[in-house]
Amino acid sequence: MSEQKNMPEQKNISGQKKTPMLVAKDLRKMFDVSAPWLNRLLEGKGKSLVRAVDGVSFSINPGETFSLVGESGCGKSTVARLIVGLYEPNDGSINFEGVEFATAADRARHPEIQGRMQMIFQDPYASLNPRWRVGDIIAEPIRFRGLLSGKAAIDKRVGELLSQVGLSPVDARKYPHEFSGGQRQRISIARALAGEPEFLVCDEPTSALDVSVQAQILNLMKDLQRKLGLTYLFISHNLAVVYHVSDKVGVMYLGRLVEWADTQTLFTRPLHPYTRMLLDAIPDLDMTGRARTPVAGEVPSPLNPPPGCSFHPRCPLANERCKREVPKSLTVEGGAVACHAVEEGRLPPWKAQAAA
Amino acid sequence: MSSPKLLEVRNLRVEFPTRRGTLVAVDDVSLDISAGEVLGVVGESGAGKSMTGAAIIGLLEPPGRIAAGEIRLEGRRIDNLPYHEMRKIRGRQIGAIFQDPLTSLNPLYRVGDQLVETIQTHLPLNQAQARARAVKLLEDVGIPSASERINAYPHQFSGGMRQRVVIALALAAEPKLIIADEPTTALDVSIQAQIIQLLKRLCREHGTAVMLVTHDMGVIAETADRVAVMYAGRIAEIGPVQDVIKRPHHPYTVGLMGAIPAMGHKVERLTQIDGSMPRLNAIPKGCAFNPRCPKAFDKCFRDRPEPMPAGTSQAACWLVQEPAHV
Amino acid sequence: MMLPTARVIEFWRNASDSDIFWSFKRSKLVMLSALIVVVFFIGAFGAPWLAPHNPFDLASLELSDAFKPPFWVEGGEAKYILGTDDQGRDLLSTIMYGSRISLVVGFMSVVFAMTLGIGLGLVAGYLGGAADSLIMRIADVQLSFPAILIALLVDGVTRGILGEARHSDFAEAVLVVAIGLSYWVQYARTVRGSVLVEKNKEYVQAARVIGLSGPLIAIRHVLPNVLGPVLVIATINLALAIITEATLSFLGVGLPPTEPSLGTLIRIGNDFLFSGEWWITIFPGIVLAALVLSVNLLGDWLRDALNPKLR
Repeated sequence: MSEQKNMPEQKNISGQKKTPMLVAKDLRKMFDVSAPWLNRLLEGKGKSLVRAVDGVSFSINPGETFSLVGESGCGKSTVARLIVGLYEPNDGSINFEGVEFATAADRARHPEIQGRMQMIFQDPYASLNPRWRVGDIIAEPIRFRGLLSGKAAIDKRVGELLSQVGLSPVDARKYPHEFSGGQRQRISIARALAGEPEFLVCDEPTSALDVSVQAQILNLMKDLQRKLGLTYLFISHNLAVVYHVSDKVGVMYLGRLVEWADTQTLFTRPLHPYTRMLLDAIPDLDMTGRARTPVAGEVPSPLNPPPGCSFHPRCPLANERCKREVPKSLTVEGGAVACHAVEEGRLPPWKAQAAA
Repeated sequence: MSSPKLLEVRNLRVEFPTRRGTLVAVDDVSLDISAGEVLGVVGESGAGKSMTGAAIIGLLEPPGRIAAGEIRLEGRRIDNLPYHEMRKIRGRQIGAIFQDPLTSLNPLYRVGDQLVETIQTHLPLNQAQARARAVKLLEDVGIPSASERINAYPHQFSGGMRQRVVIALALAAEPKLIIADEPTTALDVSIQAQIIQLLKRLCREHGTAVMLVTHDMGVIAETADRVAVMYAGRIAEIGPVQDVIKRPHHPYTVGLMGAIPAMGHKVERLTQIDGSMPRLNAIPKGCAFNPRCPKAFDKCFRDRPEPMPAGTSQAACWLVQEPAHV
Repeated sequence: MMLPTARVIEFWRNASDSDIFWSFKRSKLVMLSALIVVVFFIGAFGAPWLAPHNPFDLASLELSDAFKPPFWVEGGEAKYILGTDDQGRDLLSTIMYGSRISLVVGFMSVVFAMTLGIGLGLVAGYLGGAADSLIMRIADVQLSFPAILIALLVDGVTRGILGEARHSDFAEAVLVVAIGLSYWVQYARTVRGSVLVEKNKEYVQAARVIGLSGPLIAIRHVLPNVLGPVLVIATINLALAIITEATLSFLGVGLPPTEPSLGTLIRIGNDFLFSGEWWITIFPGIVLAALVLSVNLLGDWLRDALNPKLR
């Protein structure tokens, strides 16, 4: 069960070795979704556990954007929450610039490091306290961490932050409900920046937004990354968005990281059959009327994942070994993949490659 | 007047009276759907696309109401029918598929019973015949071992399977038109592809026309024959899907296409349309897009453009008439 | 910086433009209820200045004035508009003073129940686990007894502890605790339910990522967002608390006859109802009914006005 051990020392795209900012190793998180104790007793059922994250390892270099992509229930949002400490992992380690950081106790010992990471959430309507003025929302990290003192200094900083995300300093006096979804997401970003973080975890930051607003927010995030040297962990189900923003991409399926690679490699030479299936499912604007080849079957319940490689019931390449044995992560050029078909060399060429 | 069009919408206007004045959710919208055609209606949230669909099928939520215009199905006006008349048309002639399959299915009834009920409401079949048809429909939408699954409850199906059941339900009485409002939005990418394929195949086989309402240009590109782009309750551009996507005329369509992250070639920045769509209570004078339009000129702030021919499409933009400003 | 007057003006502009004010203006019944409640407040709290007599001033009472009927009935005097009771107290004045006691006890017990309920509901909802189970099971057990029984029990226990004499000194406080303890469950349940919804919202997670501690998040972020429904319950509960106080006083365990509340008055009058002195019990009864009905109507309206689904 210890796949994907060999990842942290990967080279980044430019080829130089960098010290990763964040290294997650073999993260595991289980959720107890059992019925209440009395019901279990009466119905004679045991506890039921969901393996939301099952041995995920990756590393992120400073200034880079690492994306996790996958369908609902694949555990990508859980990974995001493990990194920022909203959940505590059952097992595994999170290392932030050399400091071990996985458990609540670790975090309590290093409050300064928690301050260097922030999170942007998916739902712009739920992520801002409706009873607070925008100015107070943005000022909260500043006040809490004591970054500035005095009302004037804080107000000035809030104004700067609002301008930085494309809003006006006078918006500080308004309440969240006076803003549109895109503007709220800007406020969310301003709040995240208020704590002067270096590392931002973005959990589907644009999936609740309309396309034209999504473009604004993605551009803003890229501008801020360039200007402030931010590092992103970006969670999304939208491959086109991931392709646009990422330096490296990890693909998750049922709690496991099945493949990761730098963006160009992953999108031009996907190895894992699941990655290929996802790429195939992207609606293509240039090829109107093209028939997609939809993959049969649906994501199995994470409560009762299939044995062996969890993708085998939907995989066109599955054999007996896939049904039995969990594939180990293999290092390949530009990334790593966990698939028996790749290991055994029976992977057909990718069609884009074949066409080229 | 007879017409080859299956559905004709003329100058449709949907209003929501509120205490702060009347909001116009759909403003002077005209469109046609021919038999067997898939018309995509695309736009951002609040653009009025779902409201147009709801008006056609007679399911506007009060206090929303059709304030002006006509809706004709095979030449017969349906926008002013009394409730019980409209109920006969709904299901029999116009089917509906909504975003969340859970809200379209009654959780307390078996899937089969809901299908049989719908079939018997609209078609003169007895219990056994209706049941046989229900099984056939479930097989058609790709539900494995349909004759057993027919006795299952909605919660026993996964999201994708439920949406298949909803499609079966919409097709139950062989309607001529289906209004599909964001049918794939709640589904995962891989399931989306399956459902779209299914919808396309079924409509081809049954000769059903579809009005596909979605915010996802990709879905439209793959499915629709023609597309209507809506903005602030109005149609900005309407035309064959290839032309609208590849050669958009309206600056909003241009911006919308540029805003979609493209695969294959990486760009540093996406084209962005600044600002956001106006709220319904603050739609600007003239062209509703003028505050965000990079090419707006004096006329755009004064007069409201109607859809006018632009290549094979129609675009509601003064630039079409006065290319000097392009 | 804004000047205070500018703030007040802004507040009023916002308030007069708000949906709640709009729905208030739309319903005649609600406006009438509000008017009745306001008249009550003025009458009750202005009693020392407005009432024609001071019924608590034992020296001014004349037993010869007892059992005077209202002035329009034969034998009535204009001095005692609604007549007098068995002690010769002016009924109108007694009702005004009595309403004040009823309102004060009602308010205080609502505040007490609300504080207790919100606190326990917040703890139960935010902490979950054992604390949640413990608090909510106690609430369940208590719900299986009628509220009035709990109030009687608390009253009896304090009577036993304090002794009869000291008990009447603390009669009002004992009533507040007794009524408060019998109505906290509803607040706790409502608050817990709302907290369970709110605490999973992303703004709470955002506060956790900033690093705020649990209690700070519960008070600063969650609490303000769960108060809406509580306000509605509090309004409706005010009517309930007034009735409970009246019931207890009617049963003789509430306030002593020397400082009669509406309930005490009704009880006193009840003894004379069939001997012809109907006014002693009927007028306080009408007043109590009107007050409770108005407060209830206001509560119902508030619930609808705050419910976004009904707008």
